[in-house]
Amino acid sequence: MSVRSTITSQFQQVAVEQERVLSPLSDELKLVHSGLDSLSFAIIVARLEDSLGIDPFNSTEAVEFPVTFGDFVRLYENFAK
Amino acid sequence: MPSDGLSLLDSIHARGAPSGQLRGTLGTVALADLPRATAFGEALEKLRGRSVLLAARDQLSAALSLLELDGVARRMVLCTPDLKPEHLPGVIRTAEVDACVRDEGSAPAQEIGIAEAVPVRPGLAPLRAPRRRTATTEWILLTSGTTGAPKLVLHTLASLTHALAGQPPPEQPVTWSTFYDIRRYGGLQIFLRAVHLGSLVLSDPREAVGEFFDRVAAAGVTHISGTPSHWRKALMSGLTARIQPGYVRLSGEIPDQAVLDGLKAAYPKAIVAHAFASTEAGVAFEVRDGRAGFPVTLVGAPGAAVELKVSEETLRIRSGGTAQRYLGEGAEALRGPDGFVDTGDRVEERDGRYYFLGRRGGIINVGGLKVYPEEVEAVINSHPWVRLSLVRPRRNPITGAVVAAEVVLREPQAGEDRPAPELLVREVTERCRQRLAAHKVPAMIRIVPSLEISPSGKLVRPGA
Repeated sequence: MSVRSTITSQFQQVAVEQERVLSPLSDELKLVHSGLDSLSFAIIVARLEDSLGIDPFNSTEAVEFPVTFGDFVRLYENFAK
Repeated sequence: MPSDGLSLLDSIHARGAPSGQLRGTLGTVALADLPRATAFGEALEKLRGRSVLLAARDQLSAALSLLELDGVARRMVLCTPDLKPEHLPGVIRTAEVDACVRDEGSAPAQEIGIAEAVPVRPGLAPLRAPRRRTATTEWILLTSGTTGAPKLVLHTLASLTHALAGQPPPEQPVTWSTFYDIRRYGGLQIFLRAVHLGSLVLSDPREAVGEFFDRVAAAGVTHISGTPSHWRKALMSGLTARIQPGYVRLSGEIPDQAVLDGLKAAYPKAIVAHAFASTEAGVAFEVRDGRAGFPVTLVGAPGAAVELKVSEETLRIRSGGTAQRYLGEGAEALRGPDGFVDTGDRVEERDGRYYFLGRRGGIINVGGLKVYPEEVEAVINSHPWVRLSLVRPRRNPITGAVVAAEVVLREPQAGEDRPAPELLVREVTERCRQRLAAHKVPAMIRIVPSLEISPSGKLVRPGA
């Protein structure tokens, strides 16, 4: 599975678990409008660390906090390279 | 029980000639023989008036040391077998140790660094001179923090036996056993009960549950104690049917309903009781109704032998069973100005009962919201396939931490098929979601073959 599809499926799964209505995922979607709360994001990041083996937020380099879903995916894609 | 001015041996014999025995893996000793026999050969007098480190590894040797040195030594320092070598010099300095009792299992004398080292054997030889009580011996217990140096807690025989006072003698001979080491508070309580009221079968850390239970069964044990972790391990062994105790006691950790129910199912005729005690606060109460938590009526009862109060959601205890103080220069106060000991255990009232939430220091902070690991573990452990779980914080860039859980499953019984792990993880997660706020639900659940239990019989909590 690609990084993008792994992230997409985690967003969908956590939304179901947390009983949140997830907005249609597009690169332009602002994360604040995604329908997910901070606990949901916390769970997504933790699970992505397990499935992708990376945590870009914990890197030694400064991380620009993602604003859109596209930013979020790129952060992981760039870190995975 | 022991009034002031009696040594432990005097106090036992004050009730009439004892018929009981101490049974270890290396030997058996009759309590009736002790006034005229010794485990120290000719060396008992070398320990008079000294601050003695009890460094014997064997439990029977430790038991005989306690019986013989109370009233003789100035101090007894009850050295737990898992005390890390790097902490030993601090213990020796703080307790002003000037002698030690050792056996073949002890660290070499030069490592202990005490000139006067007296060997003790798990057996008796004739004692030439009559016993004399010349001291009110201080009993120094070490707290079992999993990290950091242990604290030294000062008790006397009177404070240690406070919970036994006024107990009527049992109608039938009582034979106790305990998973605990008797040099820990929980085990020491059982040791003191047993030597006053009957016999004791001592455990051995090298022994498997099955071997221990075989010795327990052979000795006809009627009363047996351990931590919830000890008991979960016993339940997981599938060997509980080897013993038939009439009384099963849990202490030292918060028991959840699942372990109480598990023991009640294993021992339907037994009293399954859980007791609350700590090295500093002493024994507070015992609950026998088979339910987790304790009735609110125990709190604030005026004139009770043990007074309980809840302040800042934390249980506090005042009684003659609390320790006197911590040993050492500049040590913190063990009791508050009002004499109450803060247990650090947080409680919450629900429907006329207090339930333990967990240790004050063990809180997981999920985005500013508190999670007590024990509260989540209790829900996980209520799943019929779960035997044991550990809830811990997992660092997280969004909320600071999220809740993660590790789960040990029970073995299927004959004719039973265990559902697939993924299905069980989903079921456990669903159960947590139904019963807990969202931030308390584990973000990830991992099934593991086992979880580490510390030498003190408690679940090892990382960073605890």
